[in-house]
Amino acid sequence: MAIISRGFAGRSREHNPELPPGQYLTEDFPVLSAGPTPELDTADWTFTVQTENGPTKWDWDELHALGTEEVHTDIHCVTRWSKLGTTWRGVPLDAIFEKVETEREFVMQYSYGGYTTNIPLEDLLDGKAWIVSEFEGEPLDPEHGGPARLLVPHLYFWKSAKWIRGLIMNDNDEPGFWEQNGYHMYGEPWAEQRYW
Amino acid sequence: MTWHVGTVVDTKTETPTGRSIVFDVPGWTGNLAGQHVDVRLSAPDGYQAVRSYSIASADSSQRVQLAVDKLPDGEVSPYLVDDLQVGDQVEFRGPLGGWFVWRPTDVGPVQLIAGGSGAVPLVAMARAHAAATSTEEFRMLYSVREPADAFFSSELQSLTNEHFALDWIYTRKAPEGAARPAGRITADDLARLAAPAASNPLVFVCGPTGFVETVATQLVELGHDPQRVKTERFGGK
Repeated sequence: MAIISRGFAGRSREHNPELPPGQYLTEDFPVLSAGPTPELDTADWTFTVQTENGPTKWDWDELHALGTEEVHTDIHCVTRWSKLGTTWRGVPLDAIFEKVETEREFVMQYSYGGYTTNIPLEDLLDGKAWIVSEFEGEPLDPEHGGPARLLVPHLYFWKSAKWIRGLIMNDNDEPGFWEQNGYHMYGEPWAEQRYW
Repeated sequence: MTWHVGTVVDTKTETPTGRSIVFDVPGWTGNLAGQHVDVRLSAPDGYQAVRSYSIASADSSQRVQLAVDKLPDGEVSPYLVDDLQVGDQVEFRGPLGGWFVWRPTDVGPVQLIAGGSGAVPLVAMARAHAAATSTEEFRMLYSVREPADAFFSSELQSLTNEHFALDWIYTRKAPEGAARPAGRITADDLARLAAPAASNPLVFVCGPTGFVETVATQLVELGHDPQRVKTERFGGK
C-alpha cells in the first residue's frame, strides 16, 4: 500500500483506456533530445541498412519512391506524456526490408548527430514502423527529428530515433544510447518497461 | 527499482512561482549531480500521479533536495509548490539517468547554461564541484526573466571563486546598473560569456525547449563540438 500524500487530490479520476499506466495526456508536443538539433538538408540525406551482406543505401527521393502511407497513432514518452491521435506520413519499414536480405534479428538504429537505439527486427515489420517525414500534414520539424525519423509507436518514443541515418543488423541485442544510460532494452509502455 | 518514502523536512520559497524542498529519504544512497527522480503522489482513494524532477542536491546522504517551478495547469507541481508542508510524505524512485551528469572525477572545463528552473540539475553540478574542491574550470551562465526569478541565486553567488564563474542574462528586466540591457540570450552573449569552443568544454544546457534549441544551435555555430553539448529540455514548442 502506497503512502498517502496529505492534501493531494489529483485532477482527474476519469480513466482513459488509451493511456498506458503511469502516463498523462498532453496536447503539447514536448521535445526530448540529448544534444543539439542537427541541421540536415534532404539533398545530402541518405538512409543505409547494413547487413551481413553489405550496405543498401537510398537517397531522399529513392526512399520515398518506395511509397508512403498515412499513419494515425498514439505516442508514449518514457518521461510520462502521451499524445493521442497523431497523424504522420512515411515509408513503412516493410517496404525497405523487401529490398534487404538478412538473417540477423536485431537492429541498431543510428542517427545524424550520433544517437542510437536498439530494437528487435520483428518490431519494425508487419505494419509496426515507418520512416516518417510529415507530422500533421507538415514537414517534420528539426526539433522533432526532421527531415525524417523512425516511428515505432508501440514502444516508448525513445525507440523512434530522430534524424535517422540508418540501421545496422546485429546477431545480438546490443544496448543503444539511452539503454546504456539506465533505460530499458525493450521499452513496452503497457508493461511500463521504463528503466533497468 | 523500489519506491522510497520521502518526508519533507524543509521548504524554502525561491521565486514567485517556485520553491525548494528537502526530503529525508531512508534507503536513498545518494545521486550524481544532474540526475533526476520519479516523484509519486497518492490520493486517499488510491489515485496516483508520477512526474520526474531534477535533483538539486548531489551527495551521498539520504537527504534529497528538489526545486520545483509551478506550471499553471500542472497537476503535481502546484501541490509541491503550494500545498506540501513539513512532515508530509511522497514517494521517490531513482536516481535516474546516466547522461546529463557531472562526476567529480571528470576532467576538463565545464560550461553550465541554464534557463529558468532549468538551473536545478546545474546547481547540483556547481555544488558537487564545490564539495569536491575541484579545480576544473567551471562557468555558469544563468538566464532568467528578472533577478527574483532565479533559483538558489545567493548560494550560487557564494560559490563563485577562481574556479567557478557566474554570469547572468536577464531577459525582461535587468537590475539597476547592469551593463547588459534586458533581452534574450544571443550568440554574442555566448561568445562573450561562455567558455570558448577552443578550450573544448563539456557544456550542459537545461531549460525550456525554445531556450535550449537556441543556445545549442548557437554553440555549434560558435564551433563547439555537438558531441560535447549535452541538453535537457522541458515543455513543448
